Amino acid sequence: MCLGIPGKILAIRDDRGTPMATADFGGVTKDVCLAYVPEAEVGDYTIVHAGFAITRLDEAAALETLAMMDELGVIDEELGGESEGSAP
Amino acid sequence: MKYLDEFGDPDRARRLVAEIHAATTRPWSVMEVCGGQTHAILRHGIDQLLPAEIELVHGPGCPVCVTPLEMIDRALLIAARPEVTFCSFGDMLRVPGSAGDLFTVKAAGGDVRVVYSPLDAVAIAEAEPDREVVFFGVGFETTAPANAMAVVQAHDRGLANFSVLASHVLVPPAIEALMASGTSRVDGFLAAGHVCTVMGTHQYAPLAARYRVPIVVTGFEPLDVLDGIRRCVVQLEAGRAEVENAYPRAVTAEGNQPAQEVLASVFEVCDRPWRGIGTIPASGWRLRAEYADHDAERRFDVGAFVVEEPAACRAGEVLQGLIKPDECEAFGATCTPRTPLGATMVSSEGACAAYFRYRRSGSPAALRGG
Ligand code: SF4
Repeated sequence: MCLGIPGKILAIRDDRGTPMATADFGGVTKDVCLAYVPEAEVGDYTIVHAGFAITRLDEAAALETLAMMDELGVIDEELGGESEGSAP
Repeated sequence: MKYLDEFGDPDRARRLVAEIHAATTRPWSVMEVCGGQTHAILRHGIDQLLPAEIELVHGPGCPVCVTPLEMIDRALLIAARPEVTFCSFGDMLRVPGSAGDLFTVKAAGGDVRVVYSPLDAVAIAEAEPDREVVFFGVGFETTAPANAMAVVQAHDRGLANFSVLASHVLVPPAIEALMASGTSRVDGFLAAGHVCTVMGTHQYAPLAARYRVPIVVTGFEPLDVLDGIRRCVVQLEAGRAEVENAYPRAVTAEGNQPAQEVLASVFEVCDRPWRGIGTIPASGWRLRAEYADHDAERRFDVGAFVVEEPAACRAGEVLQGLIKPDECEAFGATCTPRTPLGATMVSSEGACAAYFRYRRSGSPAALRGG
């Protein structure tokens, strides 16, 4: 719940006044709310918690984090949902 | 030093480890508050790379672990109601209540759904107006902005069938409670990076000054954790007690202003019981009265119920850094991630789960037959 994954913003749209983005997390695409990082642009990396971007992150740092998370296999865990509980 | 190869940048890791060794002249206890950091430490064996004088004490920063049992039981009772669709982060499903968990409720026919974002629960409420959709809003300052926005959206869209069972916890009052207890052995803290991404770092300066403890804001990757420990030790050895930001790529002093504004409009500070620890004054957020219609605690009268923690579980001591998980008799024996007695064995951020995952082989507890 707390790690937060860097996601790359692929597209931005407006959902009834709330800025929403489609973001790529190392190959998995998810909806991300940009209400708290309204200055984010397509191509930016953001740290995402529970579907919300909480800050921007520079690309080098984001890629490093993603590579690390991928290696550790924690991306699925953080994206949650599918596995219904992260206990192995 | 086989672990160092896993650090992405082994040379930098080696330098940091060497600097920590060079700086250390005396014993120090450093607490990492955040469960994500506990897992990084165990997974990468960071504690084993450190000088013998440095002890890492695992803190209470696992939201799944500290959500009060009373709140879990309340969640189970609400989720079991036929008109309710109960939405939760996946981590919460196996957390044991007094009797059963959300999985048990689901297996018995309850409509329990895992969502990734609280906005997914809002969307369900919109698509299924005949259902009472309840979202289990737990977590620290990091998750709270998401839950706050879900409440605002549901309110603005007039979704009378959406409510949140809110049980947020806050880091600074927990640090305060640990230090004020007088029993704490902690000399310095690693503060959770993403909590500070949201809230900024200014809340920590009074704590560092009052209790003479360095507080280093740290990220979650192994190199971040190593660097955080290094800075903490350097401060301790120099007799300094300051707030230091070791995670500037994601943390600013003032934090995320838009998030703080929404948080302040939706939540108010309340006393909160922490599972296994007890009530910590002003350590939680609950919904403001303006949002009472979306407050599941007020909407659903579940009557009186008895709250009972399994006697064998020592999670409270684990969460306060008083014992390590493998000092618990039940660890790996009667208590495993499949059959957890306490929440700290369930969560991907819980200390017992981290020890089980990364420390079991060769530990006496494993030999007891886990
Ligand atoms: S090992 Fe199990 S029983 Fe022991 S403290 Fe941890 S969660 Fe509780």
